[in-house]
Amino acid sequence: MTDAIVLVPLFPLLAVLANLTFGRRLSEAKVGIMASGALGASFLASIISVVGLVRMESGNRVVEMVLYEWIGSGTFSADIGFLLDPLSAVMILVVTGVGFLIHVYSVGYMHNDPGFARYFLYLNLFVFAMLLLVLGNSYLLLFIGWEGVGLCSYLLIGFWYHKDSAADAGKKAFIVNRIGDFGFMLGMLFIAVTFGTLNFTKVFAEAPHVFESGQGMVVLITLLLFVGACGKSAQLPLHVWLPDAMEGPTPVSALIHAATMVTAGVYMVARSHVLFDLAPATLLTVAIVGTLTALFAGTIALVQNDIKRVLAYSTVSQLGYMFLALGVGAYTAAIFHLMTHAFFKALLFLGAGSVIHALSDEQDIRKMGGLRKIMPTTYRTFVIASLAIAGIPPLAGFMSKDEILYSAFNSTHPGGAGILLWLVGILTAFMTAFYMFRLVFKTFHGESRMDPEVEKHAHESPRLITAPLTILAFLSAVGGFLGIPIFLKANVMHNWLGPVFEAAAEYGHDTAEAVHSLGTELGLMGLSVLVATGGILLALTLILRRPNITEEIRSDFSFLYDLFLNKWWVDELYDIVVVNPLRKISGMFWTEIDGKGIDGTLHGIGRSALRSGGLLSKLQTGFVQNYALSMAAGLVLMLIWVLF
Amino acid sequence: MITLSHYLVLSAILFTIGVTGVLMRKNVIIILLSIELMLTAVNINFIAFSHYMQNPDGQVFVFFVMTIAAAEATLGLAIIVALFRNLETVNVDEINQMKG
Repeated sequence: MTDAIVLVPLFPLLAVLANLTFGRRLSEAKVGIMASGALGASFLASIISVVGLVRMESGNRVVEMVLYEWIGSGTFSADIGFLLDPLSAVMILVVTGVGFLIHVYSVGYMHNDPGFARYFLYLNLFVFAMLLLVLGNSYLLLFIGWEGVGLCSYLLIGFWYHKDSAADAGKKAFIVNRIGDFGFMLGMLFIAVTFGTLNFTKVFAEAPHVFESGQGMVVLITLLLFVGACGKSAQLPLHVWLPDAMEGPTPVSALIHAATMVTAGVYMVARSHVLFDLAPATLLTVAIVGTLTALFAGTIALVQNDIKRVLAYSTVSQLGYMFLALGVGAYTAAIFHLMTHAFFKALLFLGAGSVIHALSDEQDIRKMGGLRKIMPTTYRTFVIASLAIAGIPPLAGFMSKDEILYSAFNSTHPGGAGILLWLVGILTAFMTAFYMFRLVFKTFHGESRMDPEVEKHAHESPRLITAPLTILAFLSAVGGFLGIPIFLKANVMHNWLGPVFEAAAEYGHDTAEAVHSLGTELGLMGLSVLVATGGILLALTLILRRPNITEEIRSDFSFLYDLFLNKWWVDELYDIVVVNPLRKISGMFWTEIDGKGIDGTLHGIGRSALRSGGLLSKLQTGFVQNYALSMAAGLVLMLIWVLF
Repeated sequence: MITLSHYLVLSAILFTIGVTGVLMRKNVIIILLSIELMLTAVNINFIAFSHYMQNPDGQVFVFFVMTIAAAEATLGLAIIVALFRNLETVNVDEINQMKG
């Protein structure tokens, strides 16, 4: 049954090929059915193979399936092969499941778009690359998927390429990702040099024997891998591409920038946990970067006015949580949060898409309000997702976020770092609750601030859009029960993923899960619920009761407000520090080095040949007698030479 | 008594006149005549040596040279006619179409 994993990436690939050959000639309905159907089939294949995995003995659940040897060069070889274990099982279910819903939603959302077939071509290709990423059995195959999703994100963000902003955002995403990829590639090369292979199973089996804990090489490798993860998962300081990625169609944001692509970094770190466990310094870095990102993005989300931008920064912030979890060794919690986040963030984005769709592409929440009555289904599902992300029990976000905070609190990083990480985490949780409900209240409650013209056309979205919303709302609500805290025995996630991560624990430092105190956990849990409720209530008081609050806050805390509104001026900073100097240097290379130096040299060579030719051509007078004279003179000279 | 030296001196004088003619005169026809003069000087040398060495080979060569000279004169004159038709001049100072 586990053989079905071959089919999982195969279906999207076939859909891509079919779409590529005759997609343009097909009707919208046919393209939609083909693309969504491929994902549906892929989801079924995932379920079948995961069922096969469940039937195997716990602790032994690893299936490696090598299709053929791809590269054989001396002692190095790389296979095309798939690795199915509980970790990749979770990933393929999330990718194909959420992906399928987003495909269905897209059929409704992209209706009448001239690039309909092209859109689904990219979407399928994206899912294929993502599946390759999570199923590959070596770093090399993971890297192919990694680059594949990078390419597809470029294509999809810049989908409406006739808009300058979209084309720019696509380029930005690609270039920033390349910076991360560079680190990842270096890390991969170091692994290849050290182990002579890139195969996961072999590398992880040998790593504890090759490296001492904290050895320089393993720290270097993991730091480089983490740079790659930073790029793909939008962590500081490479987060800048994700918010701009909102230029793409909204379902794309849901698919790429909430549910799947950005989780690639989290997955990669979790997959390489054996190496990371051997490098405590890197783990601490990961935790700190994650926490800072969570806080940083949270502050920005507080004041943004674009509905998708708030969600984008919320994504960055939640990814920060996942890296915090990875950094404190709570890999299960990270993957758990990845899964629940995929549910509610996809739902939030799709809900936002539904709103934008209904309001004739209006994205500014200052021009919304009172949509509750017009769009009841969207409203209800959006609130469920917001409650989930804010961390209200018993919704999914509460379970996973609480586990992360608990793990941070208990982490064994030196110098009380754990408590600090937890403090920042809980502060971010407060902000999350606030900005999410600020969004809800501004969009759906209160007086309508819409243009009368827009309001006339506002309507609930069609079934094709609301159906995926409902399913995702259901998942956001109950998905958390897979990992109920406290009762470890009933914690499906732990039992399922435990064996994957446990193998490493004996070599690495104590993972947070090892220490477990019921009292502390309950206390922390109560606190985080309190904080989340507080955030929601604050939003309620500020936004609904005193709608003019923005102005007052702006005048009181103008510096902080500007700082957050302008995203800490990171883009401007990059412009000054990186982009503009680069432009200037490039300009200099262009005009000075290339134009004057290289072109000058080449032109100079040509010109000097011409000039010397011109000089010599003066000898060719065309007068026969001159030639005859030189012949005679030459003869005389030769005679003199011979005779004397 | 006329010795070999007399012939050789005569031949050298004729040859020099020929070379000078080729280099100095401006009329193409005269230049052609000067070339003939140089050939004649060579022929005199051949015959003189043939006579004094008692070997007829030199005289055979002279026949060849005379034949070739006749052919060459024909070709040369034809070229000059063609030149004149195109350029309406036989002055070498005005013929420099091959200038680089």
